[in-house]
Amino acid sequence: MSPSQSVVLTARALERTLSRMADEIVEQNDGTDGLILVGIQRRGVQVAQRLAAVIATREGVEVPRGALDITLYRDDLQTVGPRPVVGRTEIPLTIDGMNVVIVDDVLFTGRTVRAALNELADFGRPSRVRLAVVIDRGGRELPIQPDVVGKHVEAERGDRVDVFVQEIDGRDEVILDTGKRA
Amino acid sequence: MTSPLGKDLLGLERLTAEQITLILDTAEPLKEISERAIKKVPTLRGATIVNLFFEASTRTRISFEFAEKRMSADTVNVATAGSSVTKGETLVDTARNLEAMKIDMVVIRHGSSGAAQFLADRIESNVINAGDGTHEHPTQGLLDLLTLRQRWGTLKGKKVCICGDVLHSRVARSNIWGLQKMGAQVAVCGPRSLLPNAISDMGVTVFDRIEPAIEWADALNVLRLQLERMQAGYIPSLREYNRVFGVTSERLKRAREDILILHPGPMNRGVEIDSDVADGPHSVILDQVTNGVAVRMAVLYLLSGNSPRLAEAAAGGT
Repeated sequence: MSPSQSVVLTARALERTLSRMADEIVEQNDGTDGLILVGIQRRGVQVAQRLAAVIATREGVEVPRGALDITLYRDDLQTVGPRPVVGRTEIPLTIDGMNVVIVDDVLFTGRTVRAALNELADFGRPSRVRLAVVIDRGGRELPIQPDVVGKHVEAERGDRVDVFVQEIDGRDEVILDTGKRA
Repeated sequence: MTSPLGKDLLGLERLTAEQITLILDTAEPLKEISERAIKKVPTLRGATIVNLFFEASTRTRISFEFAEKRMSADTVNVATAGSSVTKGETLVDTARNLEAMKIDMVVIRHGSSGAAQFLADRIESNVINAGDGTHEHPTQGLLDLLTLRQRWGTLKGKKVCICGDVLHSRVARSNIWGLQKMGAQVAVCGPRSLLPNAISDMGVTVFDRIEPAIEWADALNVLRLQLERMQAGYIPSLREYNRVFGVTSERLKRAREDILILHPGPMNRGVEIDSDVADGPHSVILDQVTNGVAVRMAVLYLLSGNSPRLAEAAAGGT
């Protein structure tokens, strides 16, 4: 690891954080009724899967899950040049009247969540939408705030915060990289 | 600012296997949009697309229009079939007029081979070939590839026979190039009068009879026999054609159990294909139609990354 990098959460710490987040989600929802976890591609999908697994153990309920790929809803498509790869969106059931929890790995500007909210609206009208993120690194550019946060990180604009997950990256870890600071 | 596809989609002959794979991989997740309550994504909001059809078309034009609308583009349809103006002149004029109206993309169908290229060379907007003469019909080729890839997982090593009027068919040409680039083996089957003389130069196997072709193939792509071919003397009669080259359920008994039947439409039931085959368990004809919208959405999305007007806006914005 380069000197500009520091570990925000180890694998063990990430596991504890996810367990607490799962509890908070169920607590805020007053149970699991009408609950659906919708992960934002790519790592939000894995995080949602972990949260659902914790809920299944603690509550004995399989909470339905979905995936959103927000690429086609990005507000910077006109300026990014070569088209970004489009991932899969899967909303397995009607979300009308459901309590949707949007799940993502890192919350930064809020633009991804804005896109996700717009995309979600094209699938129906949930009775409530909440936002759960593993890391809130600040730096919002839109009026969006999370309901469930794993950990707050003080990061500057040029910093990177990466959530690594076993399923994609082969390890569980959260890293802050301040390498671009002057 | 460049799209991995370049500015235009004119034919599959010029695309690499990587570019074709990119289009198919992009089309795959876009299929889901057509299943939503609100069948629309905002991706091409503010983009203007002109559908310029110099030749009659129902299926392709509607498919493009659905694709454009589901991506939120503004569309204008220009149907010029029956125009008495000389074709060359019309196209130059049309190109200049379109440019003056600040459009972003043109989808062109034209009776002359090379018309899409001609237009692409003269305007800055993205040009998509929706069929030019007997040259290419790239989005049809791509939707055929997507349909087969969905069933098989891969096209590598698979055997596809294109049956019928290969001579006049732009669908056949786009299929041959696309399939070969993706590693499939390609054959053609039809009366010699409807096969190009130099067809074997394209690296395809030629079957003079339909029976061995059916036994050989993993999939048959059955082309539409245009009825005017009979009047022009290419074949003796439609009944004769059906008797010798028709894809019938009787003949399919000799095929592998999981053979796939494709047809670009519109079908002449009872001529090149029998109704019980078209509606039977091997047919993936309706999958082709569904995939057509997704493939066209993918092409619009990928080409839009190389729109000069949008590039200008981006340069101004930073």
